[in-house]
Amino acid sequence: MRRWVLVAANAAAVFVALLVVWQAIIWIFRVAPYMLPPPLAVAKAAESRLPLLLNALSLTAAEAAGGLVASVVVGIAIALFFARSRWVRRMLYPYTLLLQTVPIIAIAPLILMWVGAGMPAVTLIAFIISLAPIIANVTEGLISVDRNLVHLFLMHNASPAQLLFKLRLPHAVPALFVGVRIASGLAVIGAITGELYAGSSRVGEGGLGYSILYASTQLQTDYLFALVAAATVLGFAFVFLVMILEWYFLRRWHESARTLETD
Amino acid sequence: MSAAEVAVPMVELFGVSKQFGKGPAVLSPLDLEIQKGEFVTLLGPSGCGKSTLLKLIAGLTTPTSGTIRVDGLTPKNAREVLAFIFQDPTLLPWRNVLENVCLGLELEHVTRERRVRRAGELLELVRLEQVARVYPRELSGGMKMRVSIARALATNPRLLLMDEPFAALDEMARDRFNEEILRLREEQKWTAVFVTHSVAEAVFLSTRIIVLAPNPGRVHAIFPVELGIPRTAALRSTPEFDLMAARVSRALRGAIAA
Repeated sequence: MRRWVLVAANAAAVFVALLVVWQAIIWIFRVAPYMLPPPLAVAKAAESRLPLLLNALSLTAAEAAGGLVASVVVGIAIALFFARSRWVRRMLYPYTLLLQTVPIIAIAPLILMWVGAGMPAVTLIAFIISLAPIIANVTEGLISVDRNLVHLFLMHNASPAQLLFKLRLPHAVPALFVGVRIASGLAVIGAITGELYAGSSRVGEGGLGYSILYASTQLQTDYLFALVAAATVLGFAFVFLVMILEWYFLRRWHESARTLETD
Repeated sequence: MSAAEVAVPMVELFGVSKQFGKGPAVLSPLDLEIQKGEFVTLLGPSGCGKSTLLKLIAGLTTPTSGTIRVDGLTPKNAREVLAFIFQDPTLLPWRNVLENVCLGLELEHVTRERRVRRAGELLELVRLEQVARVYPRELSGGMKMRVSIARALATNPRLLLMDEPFAALDEMARDRFNEEILRLREEQKWTAVFVTHSVAEAVFLSTRIIVLAPNPGRVHAIFPVELGIPRTAALRSTPEFDLMAARVSRALRGAIAA
């Protein structure tokens, strides 16, 4: 427990130091507030538009979560298919890399054409951008099982279902969490980027991405900063939640859970 | 054991050879008969095909030529009779000790109540009842190996195949495990086929030692070990033991040179 408190105290100290530096820069260089608003102005902007901000935050959170859940479900299904044969992997694996390398900005107009602007389009973008790490990690987890363990199961006439549910899937769980951790950050980035291009454009209905775009055109730099902070917190919350889940499921047996443990 | 049961050998190999793909032969045609109650050790340098021979008997790989019978059946049909102990403990890290020992019974659809009772008995037998709820990462190498042995014995095998199970342990631990394995065999009367590099281990454990020569794997020499049963740690310091070990060592050197 003591280590946690120490970590939290360190983080808070760094945060305060950053605020001080920020304020100092404004004083020393006389930066105009529309270029770099002081920390207090940002807090005030956030407070005065709080319902709007929370609305945008919850919409983006829902889109990112929807995309992430879809990519976990679909990613596991695809990985199960990939794990079946080396030939399938050789043929199809390069295409999962395409998923990772395709610029989301380039396909956003297509998605806009296909499903129209709004929440479904943004969720789809979050899904596409977070799918690849799930597929890659779960596939690796499913196929990297010790040969002798497979032999052991076969010696007891294990059925394909027993091999899957009692050996391959549990073995892939740590790798799944590595994938989900990466994907959770990407899903939030995907949702925000997606909103820039395919978000609802009606005022007061857009998510964080749309609001950022709107605030920048209106030169509401203080609110823009508040939105960026909210987006950062959202991404962090996603990754943190996944790490908590990871610790919970792996704490008894896997080394990766140890790094989160207090000692 | 009735006379009819004794009549069927535990393991029979008729002209068994093995070759992986188009590579060199791993095993040249081999005939071998192992009777029920024997403790046969396959001893030989690397590349003599001793592990392959074990996998063939277990039905984990198929011979290029020849036939194999385990208790009169094909290896795949004889799997209920068989158990395998690997060099690594190969435990499932997400299961605690008790659940690991239950694995074989679980795969064979034994009811939960019966398999927990059986696993409990086995843990007592290998003196691990204290750590039944502990996960493998908390155990020492020796304890993991005990769990692996308990898991293999849980399904009540009549033929135990062991592929250098104690190779990773230090010599003291290995000696203790050798005594332990003989004690378990006294209680449970299984037949054993054991693979090792160690002459002392082979002499201490076996009723018969088969020395294999490499490239391709073939039988170089066979030694019946008549040192009486049961055996205790004291056997290792008798002249008979040293004599036997010396003879086997000489044969092993010959096998490497051959």
